[in-house]
Amino acid sequence: MKRMTVKVLVAVLALALGAFALMGCGKDSDVIKIGFNLELTGDIPKVGEASKFAAEMLKEDINSKGGLEVAGKKYKLEFVYQDNEAKADSAVNAALKLITQDNVVAIVGPNSSKQAIPAGGICNDNQTPMVSPWSTNPDTTKDRPWVFRAAFLDPFQGPVAANFAAKQFSAKTAAVLFDIANDYSKGLAEIFKAEWEKKSGAGTVVAFESHGTKDQDFSAQLTKIVAAKPDFIFVPDNYNQVALIIKQAHDLGYKGPFMGSDAWGSAELMTLCGKDCIGQFFSTHYAAAGAQGATKEFIDRYNTKYKYVPDDVAALTWDATRLVLQAIQEAGKVDKDIKAERKIVRDALANIKEFAGITGTMKFHGTGDPDKCAVVVQISPEGKFEFKESVCPQ
Amino acid sequence: MQKHTFTISLFAGIFVLTAMAQFGVINQYLVSVIMLMGVNIMLSTSLNLVNGYMGEFSCGHGGFMCVGAYVSSIVTVLLFSKNHILGAPLLPPSLALFAFPLALFAGAAVAAVAGLVVAIPSFKTRGDYLAIITLAANYIVISAIDNMEIIGGPRGFMGMNATVNGMEGLLDIPWMLLWVLFGTVFTVWLLRRFVSSTLGKGVPAIAQDEIAAEIMSVDTNRMKLIAFMLSSGLAGLAGGLFAHILGYVNPHSFDIMKSTEVMVMVYLGGMGSLSGATLSAILFTVLLEVLRPLEIWKWVVIPLLLILLMQFRPEGIMGNKELSDLFPKLKKYYSFK
Repeated sequence: MKRMTVKVLVAVLALALGAFALMGCGKDSDVIKIGFNLELTGDIPKVGEASKFAAEMLKEDINSKGGLEVAGKKYKLEFVYQDNEAKADSAVNAALKLITQDNVVAIVGPNSSKQAIPAGGICNDNQTPMVSPWSTNPDTTKDRPWVFRAAFLDPFQGPVAANFAAKQFSAKTAAVLFDIANDYSKGLAEIFKAEWEKKSGAGTVVAFESHGTKDQDFSAQLTKIVAAKPDFIFVPDNYNQVALIIKQAHDLGYKGPFMGSDAWGSAELMTLCGKDCIGQFFSTHYAAAGAQGATKEFIDRYNTKYKYVPDDVAALTWDATRLVLQAIQEAGKVDKDIKAERKIVRDALANIKEFAGITGTMKFHGTGDPDKCAVVVQISPEGKFEFKESVCPQ
Repeated sequence: MQKHTFTISLFAGIFVLTAMAQFGVINQYLVSVIMLMGVNIMLSTSLNLVNGYMGEFSCGHGGFMCVGAYVSSIVTVLLFSKNHILGAPLLPPSLALFAFPLALFAGAAVAAVAGLVVAIPSFKTRGDYLAIITLAANYIVISAIDNMEIIGGPRGFMGMNATVNGMEGLLDIPWMLLWVLFGTVFTVWLLRRFVSSTLGKGVPAIAQDEIAAEIMSVDTNRMKLIAFMLSSGLAGLAGGLFAHILGYVNPHSFDIMKSTEVMVMVYLGGMGSLSGATLSAILFTVLLEVLRPLEIWKWVVIPLLLILLMQFRPEGIMGNKELSDLFPKLKKYYSFK
């Protein structure tokens, strides 16, 4: 009897392997396939979900009008979503699957740099255009002609925060609290420190403290920071930690302002943080409250459809996907050979010099990284992120 | 002749797979899945030595994999890529083929030394307490790398592609696939030889009763030292291959989640069974890929399968038996001691 069980198990295993090898066949001619390599499960499922929702909205828009028009002919869009589990190895497999099994023209995502760097390498080696909506690490696109992005880089955001805070708070000294195990947070903290000391002189960052990713109690670091009496505290951290940090700083008697970065900009910040966050500032990709034109239209439609205000990753995915679609249109024809099609799409992508996105106008200079403006928002008493100032690269 | 059927078909299999990848019969995605499957087999069989044969509970295997991945990557990057530490590459890319196995070996050796962190406390403690130490070892490795700015800290480390390209420049065949297949065969062969050797019989003896084993002249401290170092060294080898498959490593790819995955593979396959650990690593990798379209539901289906398996077959797929115990006829086809 036991032996039977094992034999059955082995047979199931063999069948699973066979089915696996046969997967991913079938083709259709009047369809353009775009792949999405997203964090649908794992640490940051909200990010992947927002991306997917934005992409679905865009697809419905275009397919309801008969499809994407390329050289006088309409092509239906087909979006293929692959989950990368927010893991580097899984993102590589997802990218390879999209390239070799799903035969997509281009890939949008991954969003987070930990996945976007290795996946970008795979796309570049396999000559498939990739656009990361959200990755801010310079390595994602560095020396990779096939990889592009829709977000600004960390080295730009640091000075934005420093300049704005100096002006807004008339600050002379600053303190920084960051997550040492989070590459984004650490990188931004270091860039900010260098920029601030360049402006205000050495030693003006009076406290530079770090914490771990899963930490809940920041009182040791905050006690040091409060004792150093900074004019403001810069917290380039994820929204869930920001909520705890600000509350605990207030409990320790800190009354001054905080300055944050784009990782604050989640719909969930205010539910976690409450009144402690009101009046604080952070720099981000776009401001949902008080948006105009196409941006407002996008926000309203997303809000009616999915019942929450889209955060920056949704808006950036919308832009990244539109960037790919524009490149496909500008390529002027749809080549039957997928490799040739990818090549002309990449060339068209590289030729786009300026792109008007809902997160602002992007200017490309052949590196795959856009020059675009950052916005600084203030959290209003109603918990909305209100536009305060737009900072553009010089 | 019949005795060698298994060995011959194994090497023929490697040859056919490589040829299929070379001529595009199987696409790159499948090649990548096969490579990760190989890495998973190495991880699960090597952890099986400690958790299965020796009956300890080590839950920091990802840490040793991380050490191997970083050390071998640093060696190959220093030798063959332009880097910010030494500047120009030290050796011409044509030597990559010869240096790569040495780099892998260096990674494995350092990982084995890191295994001492767990092996030495294991002389005095076992069970839950040792489990906590292994967990701590995993965290120490990751935090240490997070704080080492020179190798990228939490931003990760890259540049290993130059080595792989160097090998392909010499002879254009899928080298990484070949290395992973060899690494997998080597790992399983080494573990099989070890646990069936006179020396290695001490390992299951420790699992059954440590004091009795000591009385029966097993030097338990030495056995533990060997078992932990072998296990972590092979995990380091797997890590080195993993790093060169991806061309990028990030310390958080090797955190407690990775260690848990490896443990799941060991317990799924059955403790103390090499063929079980191999089968479960294959099954687990395939399941993760096949169920990818389910997205979030994948994480309902896979744990549910695990629960069902544990309910109806608590000893894992193979229990502590090998494939040849269940199908005795297989014994005709190979000649292991």
